[in-house]
Amino acid sequence: FWTNLAPITCGGGELQSGALSKAIDNKFGSLAKFQEIFNAKTAAVQGSGWGWLVYCPQDKGIKIMTMPNQDPVGSLGVVPLLGIDVWEHAYYLKYENRRPEYLQEIWKVVNWKNVEQRYAEATK
Amino acid sequence: RNPKIVQSSVKPMSAKNRFTLQPLPYPKDALEQGGISRETVSYHYDKHHAGYVRKLNAADEAGKVPKNASLEQLIINADGAVFNLAAQIYNHTFYWESMAASSKGCQGSIAKAIQLQFSTYSDFIAAFKQKATTHFGSGWVWLSLNKQLQLVLSDGHDACNPLRDRMIPLLCIDVWEHAYYVDYRNDRAAYIDNFVLLINWERVQQRYENAIKSFKSNL
Repeated sequence: FWTNLAPITCGGGELQSGALSKAIDNKFGSLAKFQEIFNAKTAAVQGSGWGWLVYCPQDKGIKIMTMPNQDPVGSLGVVPLLGIDVWEHAYYLKYENRRPEYLQEIWKVVNWKNVEQRYAEATK
Repeated sequence: RNPKIVQSSVKPMSAKNRFTLQPLPYPKDALEQGGISRETVSYHYDKHHAGYVRKLNAADEAGKVPKNASLEQLIINADGAVFNLAAQIYNHTFYWESMAASSKGCQGSIAKAIQLQFSTYSDFIAAFKQKATTHFGSGWVWLSLNKQLQLVLSDGHDACNPLRDRMIPLLCIDVWEHAYYVDYRNDRAAYIDNFVLLINWERVQQRYENAIKSFKSNL
């Protein structure tokens, strides 16, 4: 999670065009549409858990998944690329129960360089 | 002790809303001396608890909730979102009632039953604390009575409720992070240590005695 985040001054929130951005556009239509779907699925997690963008080696494609508690998404045979923590401790002090708002804002500090690196590794 | 019924600060629901938000059994600052701040009670009650009521009513209006089903029936029979909402409404009402600003402590029939089941009151409290501290993720810890008239200590995830296992709940603690994060940050153990001093034992005893009667009359 910490590697998936970066300050805006260090490229947080910026997805350069490349293999990953193409994959996102192909699968979801656009970055904005991807974020919308990701946020909807992740906001809907009951209780504690995580939203994930993963690479599935079987389908050779990326997809969005959610997991409860700290259950590792890797145990399902997929490669995690980006994880967003939605345990209440991740957002309560700033957003109280407003999980959707937390999810809206966090994209500003997503370290896309790291996500791209992970994608490149996974698709080698 | 005269419990004050306090008007909720939430906008009143329209008449057609089937599910209602029960008033808190005490003012929002009643538990401050016991370590649960007015701020926590406000968020917890006005945002989380009230939110579940709003959402279940919205689902009801959208035709997603079986007509004529009570909250308890939904907890026992429903699944998915409807179960979650119904159970969380019930669980939170139960949680508020599990606490009191002051209590004479564990006495009478419930104290006897606890001693029989757990050896001593201290052993019960230790077991309760252990379950509550070690429960992983969001959830609840319950003390219930089962059909064999035994006390059962259980924990479960998210919206878990012992009615589902045909037990009668007596006492619960909310261990979702929102229940303690404002006052204790991640120190769940300190929250639980304070919670046990807030237990409304008179209410627990009442529930226990009613549960015994209820099970006996169904034999």
